[in-house]
Amino acid sequence: MGQIELKGVTKSFGDVQVIPPLDLHIGEGEFVVFVGPSGCGKSTLLRLIAGLEDVSGGHIEIDGKDATDLPPAKRSLAMVFQSYALYPHMSVRKNIAFPLKMAKADQATIDAKIENAARILNLSDYLHRRPGQLSGGQRQRVAIGRAIVREPAAFLFDEPLSNLDAALRVNMRLEISELHQKLKTTMVYVTHDQVEAMTMADKIVVLHAGVIEQVGSPLELYRSPRNKFVAGFIGSPKMNFVEGAEAAKHNAHTIGIRPEHINVSATEGAWKGTVGVSEHLGSDTFLHVDTEFGLINVRGGGEIDLHAGDDVWLSPDLSQLHKFDAAGLAI
Amino acid sequence: MSTHASRAAARLMISPSVILLFLWMAVPLGMTLWFSFQRYNLLMPGQTGFVGFQNYEYFLTDPAFFTALWNTLFLVGGVLLITIIGGMLLALLLDQAIFGQGIVRVLVIAPFFVMPTVSALVWKNFFFNPVSGIFAYIANFFGFPAYDFLAQAPLLSITLIVAWQWLPFATLILLTALQSLDSEQLEAAEMDGASIFSRFIYIMVPHLSRAATVVILIQTIFLLSTFAEILVTTNGGPGNASTTLTYLVYVQSLLQFDVGGGAAGGIVAVILANIVAIFLMRMIGKNLET
Repeated sequence: MGQIELKGVTKSFGDVQVIPPLDLHIGEGEFVVFVGPSGCGKSTLLRLIAGLEDVSGGHIEIDGKDATDLPPAKRSLAMVFQSYALYPHMSVRKNIAFPLKMAKADQATIDAKIENAARILNLSDYLHRRPGQLSGGQRQRVAIGRAIVREPAAFLFDEPLSNLDAALRVNMRLEISELHQKLKTTMVYVTHDQVEAMTMADKIVVLHAGVIEQVGSPLELYRSPRNKFVAGFIGSPKMNFVEGAEAAKHNAHTIGIRPEHINVSATEGAWKGTVGVSEHLGSDTFLHVDTEFGLINVRGGGEIDLHAGDDVWLSPDLSQLHKFDAAGLAI
Repeated sequence: MSTHASRAAARLMISPSVILLFLWMAVPLGMTLWFSFQRYNLLMPGQTGFVGFQNYEYFLTDPAFFTALWNTLFLVGGVLLITIIGGMLLALLLDQAIFGQGIVRVLVIAPFFVMPTVSALVWKNFFFNPVSGIFAYIANFFGFPAYDFLAQAPLLSITLIVAWQWLPFATLILLTALQSLDSEQLEAAEMDGASIFSRFIYIMVPHLSRAATVVILIQTIFLLSTFAEILVTTNGGPGNASTTLTYLVYVQSLLQFDVGGGAAGGIVAVILANIVAIFLMRMIGKNLET
């Protein structure tokens, strides 16, 4: 259980259409990540699926049944909010028990499910505490616990890690991925962070201004982006784009080359430039090189010994070159 | 900023206001205490002197005392009940996005700006009056006899007037509290399957409880000293059906010219108010934690 099908779904706020007709299939047990810059409509799309917003047109099917007009509680979906939305006056136990209590489950079932959820999420020692006495990561786990006990058809996550610090974010990312492997439930995850998308997703949906730019596995998107937007959004550091004569040599309006697909040499190569900033991370070196085509980012090995002001030659790996036409579509 | 000299200077600087505030409180209280142990009746100027607890004895054994005590509790409790429940409902309504929201909010706050004597007179003459009042008119329109509110249910009528005055205050405080409620919490509850009613009981009411305790505390302080509404409507009557402690003290000292007895009544009222305050502070201390 846990298939979600969007058919021609649109959403308008007043006269402004934020989501033009959109079709999407989310398969059972998939970990789907909606990713895109802020304001691209990814959270709105999630809220449409959750039922917290009404669709302006189209249909939403959950497990083959039309759920377009069902209230949120009847869609058997559970959501984890960005602010966690824990009930501050209730203990952790009561927070997790709340959906079961609302569903009028009997006390024995409630206790068993809470114990189970607490065990999975390492919350057993905190059940009597209030959310105010917990750390960010623990609150996050309580919010997930509240979602787990309902045994939903799918989990919806709305930027759940954006309130955590960097180290904790990496941890929770791992925990959510592990949770997905353990529960094998469909998960829909919204984020603006392409690293989260790449690391967690089975399937990434790249959104831009309410439109789906591309759907595919992380590596598909990385290897063969359908257009310039996806090419620039997926991958870190960002892909370099070069236009004009250099692109015309390759019969394209724009060519794109990822920083990791450029060879650096101090003596010879295709493009000449000057190092602007070099960031030595130990394992990698990021070079910001000023060339005649503008700023080119290069990712080299950790042992590169180049510093600001040094002359450098760059040679792109032609087999990894991405070509785009004037409309920005991949050729 | 915390050398010995600067701390001493700070103490010296604030001492005038602290001393003034202390005297402001201590002198009247001390004089009231002093008078409460004196025979001091303006009708008998010659007979003065220490009488021990006699004034208290008279005041506490006055049959009007317990009536006044219950009337005070009824008035305070009734007004709190109406304003808290009514205030929550009004706040819920005002929280909705409606056309002309700003004007509606100003209108709701309006009663709070009307001074007690005026609003009580308006209610007495325009609404409750059995001949020319609007309630009498409505009753007559449907063929019922007019109901003389202030004669037949004086305490309830005064409670209504005072509640009408304090409803805006409660509404305003509760409305701001409601607006500070995280909408994601309500959405989470909605996803969790809570009905509108459950969301109100389990999410909104607990969230509002802190604001409600503040409303209760502030209102109780002011309601215990309700006086103008009683004076201009019923004069504590009929009989002593609408006499509260405050009003009884007034009757004692200014209508019966018994300053000593009035002072004793005042001290009794202070003691009772402190008992109420202790209960309130306990309740609030609990609610304001976390």
